[in-house]
Amino acid sequence: MSTNFMLDGQSIPFEDGQTIIQAATQAGVYIPHLCYHPEFKPHGSCKLCTVKVNGRQTASCTMRASAGMVVENNTEELNAERRALTQMLFVEGNHFCPSCEKSGNCQLQATAYHLGMMSPHYDHFFPNRPVDASHPDVLLDFNRCILCSLCVRASRDVDKKNVFALSGRGIKTHLIVNAASGHLADTNFTIDDKAAKVCPVGVILHKRNGFAVPIGERTYDKAPIGAQVEAVTEGV
Amino acid sequence: MTFELETAEHPDRLRRVAIDPVSRVEGHGKVTILLDEHNKVHQVRLHIVEFRGFEKFIQGRPYWEVPVMVQRLCGICPVSHHLAASKAMDIIVGAKKLTPIAEKLRRLMHYGQMLQSHALHFFHLCSPDLLFGFDSDVTQRNIVGVAAQHPDIAKRGVLLRKFGQEVIRLTSGKRVHGTGAVPGGMNKSLTIAERDELLKDIYQIVAWSRDAVHLIQKVHSQDPGLYNSFGTFRSNFMSIVGHNGDLDFYHGALRARDDNGKIIFDGVDYQHYDRYIQEEVKPWTYMKFPFLASLGKEHGWYKVGPLARVQNCNQISTPFAEHERKAFIDYAGGMPMHAPLAYHWTRMIEMLHAAEEIKNLLHDDDLLGSDLMVKGERQREGVGVIEAPRGTLFHHYCVDENDLVTMANLIVSTTNNNQAMNEAVRHVAKRYLHGREVTEGLLNHIEVAIRAFDPCLSCATHALGKMPLEVELVDVEGQQIHAMSRS
Repeated sequence: MSTNFMLDGQSIPFEDGQTIIQAATQAGVYIPHLCYHPEFKPHGSCKLCTVKVNGRQTASCTMRASAGMVVENNTEELNAERRALTQMLFVEGNHFCPSCEKSGNCQLQATAYHLGMMSPHYDHFFPNRPVDASHPDVLLDFNRCILCSLCVRASRDVDKKNVFALSGRGIKTHLIVNAASGHLADTNFTIDDKAAKVCPVGVILHKRNGFAVPIGERTYDKAPIGAQVEAVTEGV
Repeated sequence: MTFELETAEHPDRLRRVAIDPVSRVEGHGKVTILLDEHNKVHQVRLHIVEFRGFEKFIQGRPYWEVPVMVQRLCGICPVSHHLAASKAMDIIVGAKKLTPIAEKLRRLMHYGQMLQSHALHFFHLCSPDLLFGFDSDVTQRNIVGVAAQHPDIAKRGVLLRKFGQEVIRLTSGKRVHGTGAVPGGMNKSLTIAERDELLKDIYQIVAWSRDAVHLIQKVHSQDPGLYNSFGTFRSNFMSIVGHNGDLDFYHGALRARDDNGKIIFDGVDYQHYDRYIQEEVKPWTYMKFPFLASLGKEHGWYKVGPLARVQNCNQISTPFAEHERKAFIDYAGGMPMHAPLAYHWTRMIEMLHAAEEIKNLLHDDDLLGSDLMVKGERQREGVGVIEAPRGTLFHHYCVDENDLVTMANLIVSTTNNNQAMNEAVRHVAKRYLHGREVTEGLLNHIEVAIRAFDPCLSCATHALGKMPLEVELVDVEGQQIHAMSRS
């Protein structure tokens, strides 16, 4: 059964069980997000997809759509909060876009551009996070982790390997590798795993492949983030 | 090892004059001069006061990231670092020889870099001194003053640089800090439209480059007394030279000559550069002092850059630049020219060569090809050397079995000229400041000598953990109570 809710004044159809972000995406409306991925169960942790439903804030990746909802998404207030969250992510890790091979293909960088982030604003933490280069095919650069848990979910739910986990609590939460040594080489992880392809930032990198795609042909050189979603309704 | 005027015997009794910062150069440096009550010069030092640390923080990073990361050393000549690092990483991935297409694309990028950097230096940074005089009115001794009085010259400078930047953009994706070169080759070639965009202007660029050579030739020849002697000192030269001794900015073997032009070494494979070049550190500057190992610290220092390259090569492969090289050699009377101000003349000859090479490459359909990458047997250590606008640039890396960099050593072009620049400013200080009242115009003479070398002080201060340090504790009377030094 399909019915509708209102999103920034636009009527959005949805099907039973769909979340707000799923229905919005289907209708060609982009809601900024980082930990949400259409192929995985929502995690609701990055809070970037926060919208206002009937005046109250909630994560649109976990909130199911219901008829008659009035949802605010692309507002000055919400985008300012999203921008602040993004700035916090930038200062919490070590995100050096100028020399990062994920630049141009990075969802965090693209989202920052989308939200008009002009500077990190907050003091950098400059954490000391050594890379794990032990695996022959994949490099882990923990400096760029935003704790989205997509690799955790992919490895657990799709690859059935449980290679990754989030450990610690609060500000000390960090990504770990499930091996006694803590090294990726000591797991059954392979470059063909779903978890090897799902990282939205530059943590899980295929070795010896960096900068192979020239500037101008990278994902977000061609179209800014959100444009693919919005293209759904173009020409309709 | 201490040179004349490097260290005064009793610095505490002398008056200190500082030029801080040295202007119209890339990066931050200062000159200190110690004078006695009669304005006699006792000590002159060019200090490099900024601190970078690239050699340290690229350790632990994956090797394929290095060519993109290290180019951030500089905003003027990033392509040089990008390509020198890529050449070193070519060795690491076993790419002993690139595909012809990849090498031509890299060369095109590099010639674009030479063109824009030399144009920037000559027109934006130095032409005010050369056109108006070293002690002319300081308020007009800048590029705005040049634009007001010589609008054609200023405009050409801007457009020459712009063209070079466009070459870089089309080969690397961005005008500054692109990604074109990757270990083993290139990530893009040119489209027909991109090639044609450059072809449209290249003949004008070659013509303007010829005019620039003639302009500096005229300026130099009109006042030989000044231009041949200003800050002049004798030294060795070093550069790489290409096949048959051709001037080659991208690849070749190391050649060094003594001050009379006699070969010291030739045909040296730069993978073994560390057998031929050593470096000394001094406690008063962050920049190291390289020297030829066979001649030692006292006699082994040398000049690099345009003046060295144009006199070190046997010939230049492009006709207009070769014609100008011969004119320069004839002017020098067949003996090596050591005058720092002759750097400008040779720099413009090089700019012309770069423009001619760009023109030749744009007529080569290989630039449109797709065979861009090669790989071979993985190596643990690689050295990449290139002739950057300011001189010979060395990048040396070790990479472990997990693909992470474990060691990096960079000898940057400007570092090679460290002793030479210090010699030049000491000669100028002795000749122009000694016993005279210090004025802004006289101090600019010191800067003119430094600018001739086109130093890039940002590039040159990369060492970490090796820097010499001197700490002095003095009482209110200025008397030293305690001193510590690490060198």
